[in-house]
Amino acid sequence: MKNVRMLGNVFIVLCLIFVASGCATTANKAFEMNESQVKLRSIQTRVFDMTDKKKLMQAVISTMQDLDFVLDDADILLGSVTGSKYIGYAVITMTVTVRPRGETQLLVRANAQHGIVSVEDPGTYQDFFVALEKSLFLTAHQVD
Amino acid sequence: MKSNINSFKLFFIVFLCLSLAGCAATPKGFLKLHDDHLKHKQLQIRQYDTKDEKQIMTAVAGVLQDLGFTLNKSETELGLISSSKQADAKHAGQITGAVMLDVLAGLCGSYSNATSQCDKTQMVKASIIVRPSHDEERTVVRVTFQRIVWNMNNQVSKVETIKEPEIYQTFFDKLSKAIFLEAHQI
Repeated sequence: MKNVRMLGNVFIVLCLIFVASGCATTANKAFEMNESQVKLRSIQTRVFDMTDKKKLMQAVISTMQDLDFVLDDADILLGSVTGSKYIGYAVITMTVTVRPRGETQLLVRANAQHGIVSVEDPGTYQDFFVALEKSLFLTAHQVD
Repeated sequence: MKSNINSFKLFFIVFLCLSLAGCAATPKGFLKLHDDHLKHKQLQIRQYDTKDEKQIMTAVAGVLQDLGFTLNKSETELGLISSSKQADAKHAGQITGAVMLDVLAGLCGSYSNATSQCDKTQMVKASIIVRPSHDEERTVVRVTFQRIVWNMNNQVSKVETIKEPEIYQTFFDKLSKAIFLEAHQI
C-alpha cells in the first residue's frame, strides 16, 4: 500500500515537471549570453590609432574577403560590414562595425555566429584582429 | 544493496556523458588566415588603368545583369555590390550514377534512394568590391563567389566558396569587355 502511494507521488511530481517544462518559452534562448556583457565586449572589440573610417572599413572588407567571406551588406554611415562564409554544412555570419573613439582612434567590433551558435571564444576573434592588423600594418589595442 | 549502488554509479556515469555531449563546442580557427589565401586573392583581383570608380561599378553591375544575377545590396561609397542568382545544379553524371545504384540495389532485393540525394538547384552569391589601388592611380576590382546547393529532397547538400579559376577568369573577361563597351557607349 505504502509503495503504491509512493509511486503515485513520484508520478505526480514527474507530471508536474513535464507540465512546467512545457510552459517554458524558447524565445529567451535567443537572448542568452554565456559570457558577461563587459567581457564579451572586450573579446570582440579592438582600438586602432587611426581616424580614416573609410580606409579602416576597406581594410575590414579586404580582411573578410581574405578569410573567404562573401559580403552581404555594408553601410558607411553606420560603419557596418556584414558577410557570410560557408564551410561544409556550416554557415558563419559576421558583422563588423567601425566607429570613432575620441578624436584620434577608431573602434572595431566584430561579432560572429557559427550556425545557430554565437561565437564567444576569445581566440577566434583574436585570429580576426591579427588578420586585420596585417592588412593595415597597424597594431590593435585592447580597450582599457 | 551493492548492485543498487553499482547501478546508481552506472546511471551517474551515463548521465555525465550525456551532459558533456550536450556541451559540444563550436569549431575554432575559422577566422584564421589560410596559407593559400594569397593564391585565391590573385584569382579574385584585377586592376584597371582608370581612376573612374563609378564607371567600373556601372560596368560590374552590367556584367552581373548579363549573367542573370539579381542585385541585392549596394553601397557606392565603399564600392560594394552584392548579388545572387538561382540556377540549375543537375549533373547528368551524378544522376546516372545514382539511378544505376538504385537499380542495382533493387535487383539485389534491397532499397536505395540515391537519386533523391542528387543535386537539383543552387544559389550563387557574388560580392564585388571596387576600390582605388594603394597608389590611387588605378582601380582594383575584387570578386568573391559562394554557392548553396539543394538536392532533390530540397535539403541543403553543400555550401562552399567557389574556387575554380575558370569562373573568375570568365567573369573578368566579361568585365573587361563591358568596360570597353561602356567607354564606347555601346
